[in-house]
Amino acid sequence: MINIFLNGSELAVKEGSTVLEACKGAGVSIPTFCYDERLKAEGSCRICVVEVEGAPKLMPSCSTLVAPGMRVLTHSPKVVKLRKKLLELMLSNHEISCLQCEKAGNCLLQDYAYEYEVDTEKTKGRKKIAEYASSNKFFSLDQSKCILCGRCARTCSQLQANDVWAMAGRGFETEVSTPFGIDMEEAGCVHCGNCVSVCPVGALKPNTRHKFRAWETRKVRSTCAYCGVGCQIDLLVKDDKVVGVEPAGGKSNNGLLCVKGKFAFDFINHKDRLTEPLIRGEDGRLRPASWDEALGLVAGKTKEIRAEFGADAIMGLSSARVTNEENYLFMKYMRAAVGTNNVDHCARL
Amino acid sequence: MKNEQEKQKILTIIRENSSGPSSLIQVLNAIQEEHGHIPKDVQQLVAEEMKIPFSRVFEVTSFYARFTTEPKGKYEISVCLGTACYVKGSQIILDELKRKLGIEENQTTPDGLFTLTSSRCIGACALAPAIVVNKDVHGMLTAEMLPEILGMYN
Amino acid sequence: MEHGCDRVYVCAGTGCTSGKSPEIIENFRQELNASGLSDVKVIMTGCFGLCSMGPIVITQPDDCFYSRVAPKDVAEIVREHIAGGKPVHRLLFKGSRGEAVSLFEADFYKKQERVVLARCGLINPEEIDDYIEHGGFAALEKALKAMSSEEVVSVIKDSGLRGRGGAGFPTGKKWEFTMNAPGSKKYVVCNADEGDPGAFMDRSVLEGDPLSVVEAMTIAGYAVGADEGYIYVRAEYPLAIHRLQVAMGQALERGFLGNNILNTGFDFNLSIRYGAGAFVCGEETALLNSIEGKKGTPRLRPPFPAVKGLFGCPTLINNVETYANICKIITSGADWFRSMGTPGSPGTKVFALGGNVNNIGLVEVPMGITLREIIYDIGGGIPDGRGFKAAQTGGPSGGCIPAEHINTPIDFESLKAIGSMMGSGGLIVMDDSKCMVGIAKFFMKFMVEESCGKCAPCRIGLVRMHEILERITGGEGEIGDLAELEELAEMVNELSFCALGQTAPNPVLTTFRYFKDEYLAHINDKKCPAGECSALLNYEVTDKCVGCTKCAKACPAAAISGKLKEKHSIDKGKCVKCGACMGACPVKSIVRR
Repeated sequence: MINIFLNGSELAVKEGSTVLEACKGAGVSIPTFCYDERLKAEGSCRICVVEVEGAPKLMPSCSTLVAPGMRVLTHSPKVVKLRKKLLELMLSNHEISCLQCEKAGNCLLQDYAYEYEVDTEKTKGRKKIAEYASSNKFFSLDQSKCILCGRCARTCSQLQANDVWAMAGRGFETEVSTPFGIDMEEAGCVHCGNCVSVCPVGALKPNTRHKFRAWETRKVRSTCAYCGVGCQIDLLVKDDKVVGVEPAGGKSNNGLLCVKGKFAFDFINHKDRLTEPLIRGEDGRLRPASWDEALGLVAGKTKEIRAEFGADAIMGLSSARVTNEENYLFMKYMRAAVGTNNVDHCARL
Repeated sequence: MKNEQEKQKILTIIRENSSGPSSLIQVLNAIQEEHGHIPKDVQQLVAEEMKIPFSRVFEVTSFYARFTTEPKGKYEISVCLGTACYVKGSQIILDELKRKLGIEENQTTPDGLFTLTSSRCIGACALAPAIVVNKDVHGMLTAEMLPEILGMYN
Repeated sequence: MEHGCDRVYVCAGTGCTSGKSPEIIENFRQELNASGLSDVKVIMTGCFGLCSMGPIVITQPDDCFYSRVAPKDVAEIVREHIAGGKPVHRLLFKGSRGEAVSLFEADFYKKQERVVLARCGLINPEEIDDYIEHGGFAALEKALKAMSSEEVVSVIKDSGLRGRGGAGFPTGKKWEFTMNAPGSKKYVVCNADEGDPGAFMDRSVLEGDPLSVVEAMTIAGYAVGADEGYIYVRAEYPLAIHRLQVAMGQALERGFLGNNILNTGFDFNLSIRYGAGAFVCGEETALLNSIEGKKGTPRLRPPFPAVKGLFGCPTLINNVETYANICKIITSGADWFRSMGTPGSPGTKVFALGGNVNNIGLVEVPMGITLREIIYDIGGGIPDGRGFKAAQTGGPSGGCIPAEHINTPIDFESLKAIGSMMGSGGLIVMDDSKCMVGIAKFFMKFMVEESCGKCAPCRIGLVRMHEILERITGGEGEIGDLAELEELAEMVNELSFCALGQTAPNPVLTTFRYFKDEYLAHINDKKCPAGECSALLNYEVTDKCVGCTKCAKACPAAAISGKLKEKHSIDKGKCVKCGACMGACPVKSIVRR
């Protein structure tokens, strides 16, 4: 541990950590766009700059390492003034349509513009006209909102190992695009949507059929049931309906998802989905039942069959749409409670 | 690429100039030099052959000014816009050429004869303002001299 | 001596080559052969420096200096001078009093001190024996056989040599960092991506004395512990590339490069990498990315290249001119180097002198010389009797120095103090017909086109600054634009990712500082005091008009009307302000105001 002075107070921080990490630990909030703790530091958006005593220029906190005795000011008048000017500049090249933008309420550019009291009338000029448009069945890129933080492209390359996106061209004309704007699938896209999840603004958005504002939703932490990995997800719930999915951190998926986890949630609210147990009556028709009644029936029948024909007359088939742990429990139940090895899983078909 | 023969030619250039991913720019420079431009399918071929993601190849070709995706005219007129030429009126020369040829910068005349570009300092500062037509340098220019120079290539 | 001349030197730098010097060389060979004088050697050399007098031909040992030679003049020189012993007077270069003077007697050279350019013009750059005859490889031999790595580094440190690429970082320190960096694989890189518009120092060194760079890089490899080097050179420099290739091939053949150099067991291999047209690749970390075959965007620093550079290994990067100083420092010592220049900036600096100055060319001067001495004593002053307005140093990262600072000594600190910078050595002189807002706009446009796009301040900020300058020069500026320009400049300077963006506002800031009244005149009075901004000018036909109709014929927009022998008039609505009419008028009746 070493000591630094953060906004005047002495603070013990881990050697080798960045100024941004030190600030996070101390509860000091610093704006960031291009930063993502899972990616190599890029330092290109410049919004996270802080004043470091003795340094000739403001330093990007995401990529400046702490040093013993370092004196850091995160919100000095100079820092605040320049962050504000930078935001004005970014907004001068951004389609400001927050009234209609689905990202409103969950947009870093909007949040910081509010925090730093940005005047969008002050800096004006031509806006970039992108050469290529990109979209697929699940999500679309709106170039007029893109701030070129590059998180999408770096996530695709460094975390998803897919290299679909290029930061093409140069200077003011730089744009995120597939090579020559070819179809995303042709460029190798697997629709995982991790680029969408990391976009801090309204540039990459799901092609959702649901209409909702961020502030109308609440997040419900859950485990994705599509496979055994156990990806942690936050379900976005509006009026008790799931309207979106965001990846959550955690050891199993580290904030990443696949196409199913990210986009294939509409079955939850589907009218054909079974939401309660059904028991077939004497008349051959299915009737709704309580869980207790249904489980009681299964347990009773299982015991009956085992007594009459032996345990191996019973087979258990579980679903790929439950978690790994649930599958494990089912296997345990079949072997230990029922007493047979006749257990399988639909994904093996 | 028009045909198999052309593809083989480009494959040869790639193999002769490639010594791993770090030689991407060398390879592209060689293709640009011999082929005149690097269209999409050629870039795709480079990506496959060199085992570099297509998106990285495209990042490089779209970044560096030297690489073009469209073929150039028979003669490339490059107006030096270095500072020494600028203070001696190279902008007037460029504007006059645009007017004479009826094209903008980085465009080619419909007959495929001339492509008009501008360049950074070509080092002929003593001849400012100067233009380069393919490899010929024409210096100490005035707008009045342009018809005669263009005439040399017609 | 029978004919006073047994060697003919013909400049084959890019300037003179454009002026057909290859044809001159060929003609000399043919004419000499035809005249039975094939024992007279024709030597193709690098740049002599006085480009505005090119193509240049020098004869030796009688030391005659022919300027502005045309291929057709060769026969006469061979017949009259080489065969006949009588120099062709009309082609000889004349001094200020009209007398014929030799090259180094010319005023142009009097205040120069040639270290980097010492061999340029004296040797055939494609002949390794010429190089060796003129002291080549003595430094390599001394370093490899008589000095330890540490000793080499300490001589460079003691010399006080500072990087000639622009920022002036102490070269010895860079070498020391790289030498001390842990790692078994290290690289030496030469930055020959000379991109400043109006700068051609490095190109001239590579064209005139390529082996000096090859030798210096080899010494650097020995000093820092590298066995591999790269020269990153602009693809737009075909002649320089060719000469480097020849030089490297010859050095390899003679054992000055490659494995077991000079039988000392030291290995050093060199390759060339071409730039592909991106100014930002002059920034050293962007250059490293480009060598690695990637997009040329700068990297985060730290880690610095000395610790983690090319392919993640410790890497030493210097520019061409810096390397070109090394050999002489090794052979003559640190004290000799410090005897030139100023205590803070020892040695010499090469400048590409251009723009509105009589002697355009390449000059090498001791640091500390004043701008006035360069422009007037060496450069021969401003042509056409016009006044000096400003000098631009440091290219798009530098600034415009006004007349009030013309006595500023040229060194790293003094230039910085007045808002400019040394830069790589472009020095553009501007006379009083140049609009300073226009110059600021010119550099800003250059930077807008060359910004790599990685960081937002440079990517968007420069576009906004350029837009404001366009408005001002277009007569649509408002007084509030100036405050916005300053705010943007501060932000771009403070927040940009790399030095390129950080320094990009300098041309605006310096013109703003020294020529604020010009900005105000554009905004408040809608006038361009220098008479350059076409949107603020109108063309008018005065009463001098004789009605010859030439202007109407020259007008590309058919904006001029008038009957034969009557005064013509210009329709301002149609006029495109190209100035063609002014040039066409035989009686100068058209004025611009």
